[in-house]
Amino acid sequence: MSDKKPISSVNDFVVRFANVNGSGSASANELFARAILRHGVPVSPRNIFPSNIQGLPTWYEVRVTEAGHLGARGGVDMMVAMNPQTWDKDVAGIEPGGYLFYDSTKPMPSTKFRGDITVIGVPLTAIANSTYTDPRQRQLFKNIIYLGALAALLDMDPKVIEQLIGEQYKGKEKLLSSNVHALHLGRDWALQNLKCPIGLRVKKADKVGDRIFIEGNSAAALGAVYGGATVCAWYPITPSSSVAEAFTSHCKKYRHDAATGKAKYAIVQGEDELASIGIVIGASWNGARAFTATSGPGISLMTEFIGLSYFAEIPAVIMNIQRAGPSTGMPTRTQQCDIIACAYASHGDTKHVLLFPEDPAEAFEFAAAAFDLAERLQTTIFLMLDLDIGMNHRLCRPLKWDDARQYDRGKVMTAEMLEEGRDFGRYLDVDGDGIPYRTYPGTHPTKGSYFTRGTSRDRYARYSEEGTVYADNMQRLVRKFETAQDLVPRPLQANAERPTKYGVIYFGSTAPAMDEAIGLLEARGHQLDRLRIRAFPFHSSVASFLAEHDFVYVVEQNRDSQLRQLIVNENGIDPVRLVPIVHYDGSPITARFIAKAIGDHQDHLKVTPLRKAVS
Amino acid sequence: MTYIAKPKFHHPGLKKNELGYTHRDYEGKISTLCAGCGHDSITASIIEACYELSIEPHRVAKISGIGCSSKTPDYFLGNSHGFNSVHGRMPSVLTGANLANRDLIYLGVSGDGDSASIGFGQFAHSIRRGVNMTYIVENNGVYGLTKGQFSATADRGSKSKKGVTNTDNAIDLVAIALQLGATFVARSFSGDKTQLVPLIAAAIRHKGASFIDVISPCIAFNNHAGSTKSFDYVREHNDAVNRLDVLVGRDPISVDYAPGAVQVVEQHDGSKIALRKIDADYDPHDRLGAMTFLQKHAAKGQIVTGLLYVDPDAEDLHEHLDTVETPLNRLEADDLCPGSAVLDKINASLR
Ligand SMILES: Cc1ncc(C[n+]2csc(CCOP(=O)(O)OP(=O)(O)O)c2C)c(N)n1
Ligand code: SF4
Repeated sequence: MSDKKPISSVNDFVVRFANVNGSGSASANELFARAILRHGVPVSPRNIFPSNIQGLPTWYEVRVTEAGHLGARGGVDMMVAMNPQTWDKDVAGIEPGGYLFYDSTKPMPSTKFRGDITVIGVPLTAIANSTYTDPRQRQLFKNIIYLGALAALLDMDPKVIEQLIGEQYKGKEKLLSSNVHALHLGRDWALQNLKCPIGLRVKKADKVGDRIFIEGNSAAALGAVYGGATVCAWYPITPSSSVAEAFTSHCKKYRHDAATGKAKYAIVQGEDELASIGIVIGASWNGARAFTATSGPGISLMTEFIGLSYFAEIPAVIMNIQRAGPSTGMPTRTQQCDIIACAYASHGDTKHVLLFPEDPAEAFEFAAAAFDLAERLQTTIFLMLDLDIGMNHRLCRPLKWDDARQYDRGKVMTAEMLEEGRDFGRYLDVDGDGIPYRTYPGTHPTKGSYFTRGTSRDRYARYSEEGTVYADNMQRLVRKFETAQDLVPRPLQANAERPTKYGVIYFGSTAPAMDEAIGLLEARGHQLDRLRIRAFPFHSSVASFLAEHDFVYVVEQNRDSQLRQLIVNENGIDPVRLVPIVHYDGSPITARFIAKAIGDHQDHLKVTPLRKAVS
Repeated sequence: MTYIAKPKFHHPGLKKNELGYTHRDYEGKISTLCAGCGHDSITASIIEACYELSIEPHRVAKISGIGCSSKTPDYFLGNSHGFNSVHGRMPSVLTGANLANRDLIYLGVSGDGDSASIGFGQFAHSIRRGVNMTYIVENNGVYGLTKGQFSATADRGSKSKKGVTNTDNAIDLVAIALQLGATFVARSFSGDKTQLVPLIAAAIRHKGASFIDVISPCIAFNNHAGSTKSFDYVREHNDAVNRLDVLVGRDPISVDYAPGAVQVVEQHDGSKIALRKIDADYDPHDRLGAMTFLQKHAAKGQIVTGLLYVDPDAEDLHEHLDTVETPLNRLEADDLCPGSAVLDKINASLR
């Protein structure tokens, strides 16, 4: 019995599946998301999983969004509650007027439901048990049976799902037909026993276009392939492992010598992060493009080597797929919490280049660009992803590559150049941009060799503890960092319809939620100019943006507003003018959250003086 | 470490090797280690071995960690690139360098502090992966650069300069290297150039992970009575199992020793090692035997030196990874980038 009118919505709702880890539900849930996509309706799915392998709760959320909002929305319109452990919390999370779908083989007492939701029971276990004898099959097909029932309830075209199953089990006819059979078991039961469809519906549309559906980690790995990385050294850590795994599988497909079948790449699973970054530095020193992928705890371990890369000026690419810290924190939850740790990683005075892609398409582009930047600047480049884009499928524009593009191998002095008599000083600033020339080991029998060390040395790489020599080098490194400003991706600005004194700065995976939040804020009467930062060092347009606005909100997914700290630190700006908007519970930031936080602050700014005047 | 370059003056009568290089071409900067430091003798042996092998100096990459021993690459092969990385992490840097360019010769120089403590893991893993390198530990049982603390190779019961007795068990890097599958394992003494030079030469010619533990007394902190890594102690307790000569190229062996006293090991690249047996029972192809032999002698307080194990058919990491013959650092965008047409197909598969 529902005392609130059931939600009615076409192509705009959130379904959340509550499952137990290890129950085999992941593929059925993903199939659900893909099926909606094939209806031409954008989806934005999120995997919410615990840090263990079996037995703990896991959720998969599918935001169906004809408008194409790719951030998390917050709230659940339909809960597919398959996990008794989380039942109470799951039921409580449903929006008023929403739907609860559950396995009614053992019916729940009405006290376990809420009065303001619609309860839909399907005896999934009973159906599965009457059809299958094998326990594993019973479990696995139960997932497909609920998918079939949902298809009926949400008015989805079963042909679309059948086609997807067909693609998935191509060449495995038996699996294909048994899955299709299970799908229809669920669908037929629902059609015969329930009122189908319900208020939530999927209607065919044409809103996906040529966009692709890919995880950020996979896209970044592909960027490394296209960017010419030949050496990858890594150590398993969630949520970054899938970068190396994807790089391995992409390399297996695209990187073998046609004649000999031999590998044009080397991938080493290091014994730890120290070894991984050491291998990267050794390989880059020797002229190969190399990278590692890791997450916060790995960055902590790598910092000594990162300092070496900075000071000895050796290229390195680190993909940091951020998760909630500190320490082991919440290893399977998302955050953008390593900004400061990476920007100033290691001891002494250091500064590093950070790239902040907003989605898989940018993860691909920035990953490829990272290798050019690392070699051009001869330093570590951090590609800063996070779990939310790294491990979730995201709809994004197709990946693009310009075949005319040449790799930028940076300033490398060749044997010919040395032979011409060019003055080689490893740390000489020949061009005034702070970037010296390097030589690869083995280049020339008598010229161009030098000793690489993390100890201070002069412009000709000769060991020196002379204060002026040290300071000269440190100053050049500052110049080099200034050069980097114009080489890294620039911030993107989008202005409000009307001129405004307020601005908002954000970055990375916050982008889709921010884009949506702007609409919500406009609806509340607030106008804001937006600046999406895509890299550190900050381009001069960041300082201009700050100067042009009275208040600038800085939206980020960490407790201490780390990007704001970095902006204050690097721009010497009055911190009062930068308002922190932080979200850090490990779930992806939502448009609702941003709009509320900024909206409330804006209301306060506008309303407070008025009230004072009245009283 | 020094920035003092040696004068470039060459005596016209200096002996030249097959490539026309003189001894001087294999030297580096002037050492700033303590006079009499065992590490300097190892430097001299490396110079000698490379000269004798007629290696092109610039085709060597010399990589080290941090410590007095790790400074030594600056003192040999001045025309090759050196890399003084971070404490204990030489092996990973060397592994990466080797992956990038399989055509160079990789010489890793480390200390016992560097390799047996902070870098124990990296030491183990580079050996276990079979990186084609010559890994030399200049083992003095103490931390030289940080002034004399015990290292993990200091023997239990041995005494520090201040008279403190070491109560921890020692790590025997040779035993560990054998256990981890190193395909060339030797121990030597910095004061025994006749033994050390051919060992280094053979290790360089060996394809795979070569490991040489060289006991190298620290004059400043570990050369007193009560130390088991002093010059006197090592001389008194040294038990060599063999002497070896390295014969480059395919020249017939013409060593005139008593029949049966010489064992010839042919390596991958065709070079040969002639082993003059000192211990008649010793078989350097028997990994297990080497391990027990070592333990038995260690129990008697003897230091076994010589080529302890060699597998002439060893494989290296590049073979394990089945990488192309062209060094990875020489591959161009054409070799590496699958191009836009492939990307279009990838895009299509993601819809
Ligand atoms: C991370 C780190 N910890 C400590 C040190 C200090 N340190 C420099 S050299 C050294 C020990 C060197 O001993 P060893 O490797 O045996 O070389 P030796 O000087 O005896 O040749 C230590 C502990 C350092 N450089 N880095
Ligand atoms: S302190 Fe010891 S190891 Fe270091 S240079 Fe002096 S003698 Fe050699």
